[in-house]
Amino acid sequence: MYVAVKGGERAIDNAHRLLAKKRRGDTAVAELGVEQIRQQLPLAVARVMSEGSLYDEQLAALAIKQAAGDLVEAIFLLRAYRTTLPRFCASLPIDTSRMLLSRRLSATFKDVPGGQLLGPTFDYTHRLLDFSLLAEGDYPGPDVHGHAQLEPCPHVLGLLAKEGLIKEETDLGEAADDITRTPLEYPASRAQRLQALARGDEGFLLALGYSSQRGYGRNHPFAGEIRIGEVDVWLEPEELGFPIAIGAIEITECEMVNQFVGSTAEPAQFTRGYGLAFGHAERKAMAMALVDRSLRAEEYGEEIQSPAQQQEFVLAHCDNVEAAGFVSHLKLPHYVDFQSELELIRKLRKPSTEQAQ
Amino acid sequence: MNAATQPRPRRDDAYNFAYLDEQTKRMIRRGLLKAVAIPGYQVPFGGREMPLPYGWGTGGMQLTAAILGADDVLKVIDQSADDTTNAVSIRRFFARTAGVATTEQTAQASIIQTRHRIPETPLTADQIMVFQVPNPDPLRFIEPLESETRTLHALKDYGVMHVKLYEDIATFGHIATAYAYPVTVAGRYVMDPSPIPKFDNPKLHMSPALMLFGAGREKRLYAVPPYTQVSSLDFEDHPFAPQRWEQHCAICGSEDTFLDELIVDDQGTQSFVCSDTDYCAQRVAQGRDGQ
Amino acid sequence: MNSAHAMNDATQAARQADRAQPLLQVRGLGKLYGPQKGCQGVDFTLYPGEVLGIVGESGSGKSTLLSLLSGRCPPDAGVIDYRRRDGRWLDVYSASEAERRTLLRTEWAFVEQNPRDGLRMSVSAGANIGERLMAQGVRNYQALRAAGLDWLAQVEIDPQRIDDLPRTFSGGMQQRLQIARNLVSGPRLVFMDEPTGGLDVSVQARLLDLMRGLVRELDLAVVLVTHDLAVARLLADRLMVMRRSQVVEAGLTDQILDDPQHPYSQLLVSSVLQP
Repeated sequence: MYVAVKGGERAIDNAHRLLAKKRRGDTAVAELGVEQIRQQLPLAVARVMSEGSLYDEQLAALAIKQAAGDLVEAIFLLRAYRTTLPRFCASLPIDTSRMLLSRRLSATFKDVPGGQLLGPTFDYTHRLLDFSLLAEGDYPGPDVHGHAQLEPCPHVLGLLAKEGLIKEETDLGEAADDITRTPLEYPASRAQRLQALARGDEGFLLALGYSSQRGYGRNHPFAGEIRIGEVDVWLEPEELGFPIAIGAIEITECEMVNQFVGSTAEPAQFTRGYGLAFGHAERKAMAMALVDRSLRAEEYGEEIQSPAQQQEFVLAHCDNVEAAGFVSHLKLPHYVDFQSELELIRKLRKPSTEQAQ
Repeated sequence: MNAATQPRPRRDDAYNFAYLDEQTKRMIRRGLLKAVAIPGYQVPFGGREMPLPYGWGTGGMQLTAAILGADDVLKVIDQSADDTTNAVSIRRFFARTAGVATTEQTAQASIIQTRHRIPETPLTADQIMVFQVPNPDPLRFIEPLESETRTLHALKDYGVMHVKLYEDIATFGHIATAYAYPVTVAGRYVMDPSPIPKFDNPKLHMSPALMLFGAGREKRLYAVPPYTQVSSLDFEDHPFAPQRWEQHCAICGSEDTFLDELIVDDQGTQSFVCSDTDYCAQRVAQGRDGQ
Repeated sequence: MNSAHAMNDATQAARQADRAQPLLQVRGLGKLYGPQKGCQGVDFTLYPGEVLGIVGESGSGKSTLLSLLSGRCPPDAGVIDYRRRDGRWLDVYSASEAERRTLLRTEWAFVEQNPRDGLRMSVSAGANIGERLMAQGVRNYQALRAAGLDWLAQVEIDPQRIDDLPRTFSGGMQQRLQIARNLVSGPRLVFMDEPTGGLDVSVQARLLDLMRGLVRELDLAVVLVTHDLAVARLLADRLMVMRRSQVVEAGLTDQILDDPQHPYSQLLVSSVLQP
């Protein structure tokens, strides 16, 4: 009598133990601390917080450690934790014009009120491996002027809006559905689209944004403004009746300026795409802004013909937790379905003479 | 040989009963009531992230979490086996977070969460089946746009479903769909029965058990209430026909169950065994064998 | 023989009775995208078996009018009433989308200029022809097969090609297949958008001949949009001439083509070679 191979509980337990061992690596090397990840891999932490939709540097760093550096897995861990959290209330909208900037640039004007601020950036570094980092120990960083006072400064695109050169973005005052509570239905509102893009996979959005630059849904972008810095988060508890600041978060905001030719009814105006991410996450914010603008094709009466313009395509596929899950589920047993296919294909391959009978 | 029912283990108090918070469970139950009221209709619901990956049964798990009570006895199968790794993992999850009794015996279970099969043992009116669904919309691979497929469902505009069946017959002489074979529920909605083999489709028809379907990634749930007409799409002159095997089960000798094909040696010798491990073990316990 | 004759007489009598009443009544129909872009103030009545041609240069509003008439795009103004087979009148845009879609796949048909827009390119010719029947509930494979073979023959395509994909067909064959796919459900009203548009002249002639035969034989009412007056002369009983969103002249085809009254009609007629 044949007995099929059993999966079983022991195998799962052993797999978990092996994973723990793999994660730890050589025990002769000091274990990586969560605080070290938080301090020394801040960009990875930022990505996990953005796409994990939870601003908590320590938990994000923990997730990165637990996931052995697999950021999509870390995002998943943070998301799964997030679902278990009670929802107290929603904050007031953050006011990014009152950000404390650590970096700010506009590619559309040589100089802007408040000035351009290079800040910490990989831009203009030569991508040469720095072997001095191989030698551990104190790496001499540059001096930072402790006294430099950063001033809140107005949005660059606001200047265009004053002249009526760019489409006004108006708050419709409608309640925005939380896509983590109510399912996305198509067509999705812009608020819902932006939520989905903010959680969306950086690589996917980067590729889609890039495709729009290469002619697939061309939208003539200029980096109107990118700003990185700290912004206060305000709550207005009902029982208080006035807002209180509960802390500050670091965010990256990008506004793209895009061409729009107008129509017989409307004069030509610029339009914009918007990107926002937690932490220092320029690439994500820019890609998001490009895709946001592409997805506004219908609003501006543009012909929808490229992937970046198709909201069902973009929104249904941008979430890496969903995508990674469904791709990985192919590892689950499918032998019943495969057996059915096997039986079918054998039947289909029988000579047609047999079929005729 | 067959593990009997496991008594109720200690629940992990760090999480709410069955993991999801009560508000979420109520939201899902409201969705389920709607689904039962409109058999076969896909109800959108605010699917939550679960600690298992999408595609691994998060939809089924959310439904199970929403309907599970402390006195329930849960059975979880994948490919109709209780001991496949994912079934083990989901069963453990609910044993830990809900502290419910679990079983491998179909007849003992009050809730059966399944991936890809319906048990061979006939179900009763006291049981609820929860199906894990990857792609809830049977029209999806004909029409990728959700906004359009919802309209087609709303208007009962299903001609295009038969276009595929026609094309199969014209090309192969048979309807070439072996699993996830679409059905019409209560004469109204065309429904994807989840990737169960078409062998299992007849078990949906007039079943005494409530059948619930959950698609986590797609955030849809739907239902077939007890004693509902479920017919598989076909043509009068090419009627729906479930799979049949010329072989019988090498373990229990069964001739009318879904059989898995095993390659048992390097020469490629085939052997066939019941995919439903519990059913097979019950038969062996009753003294049947495959000789 | 006698009974066949009798049935034929009965059919004729039924057709005569049906023809006494209008099929489609259009009042004050319009939709504007800009000043003089789109169409406005369109009135006409169409009778069973009648072919109405809508002619005019591109941008005159023909295509907008056709999409309004065929239920594809709601108008800004006006009413379209359609008399259904059961004799009841239906206000096309007050009706539910379900009723409108049902009409579109049963009593109405739409032949696109580009057959690729009107055919399902990924399934066989037979499946294309069978789709409307299946949508109406035909569940017999042999019956679908028979209809497919019959209609391929009617549109002069070798029935042996029933299992071939449309992309293996020439442009003219694709257009004939699209016509078969539409007519298989026995529609009473067919909308056609430049049906001979993308075809060679020799292919056009054959298609027009075929269409003329089918329209007579099946007693179809047709609304035909074309910029080609030769096509209009061959197929249409009556014409509407459109310019800058408005109908500038309407009447019998021969009358308009031989003795146009409106200066624009005169210009249009004089600018093409007479056959």
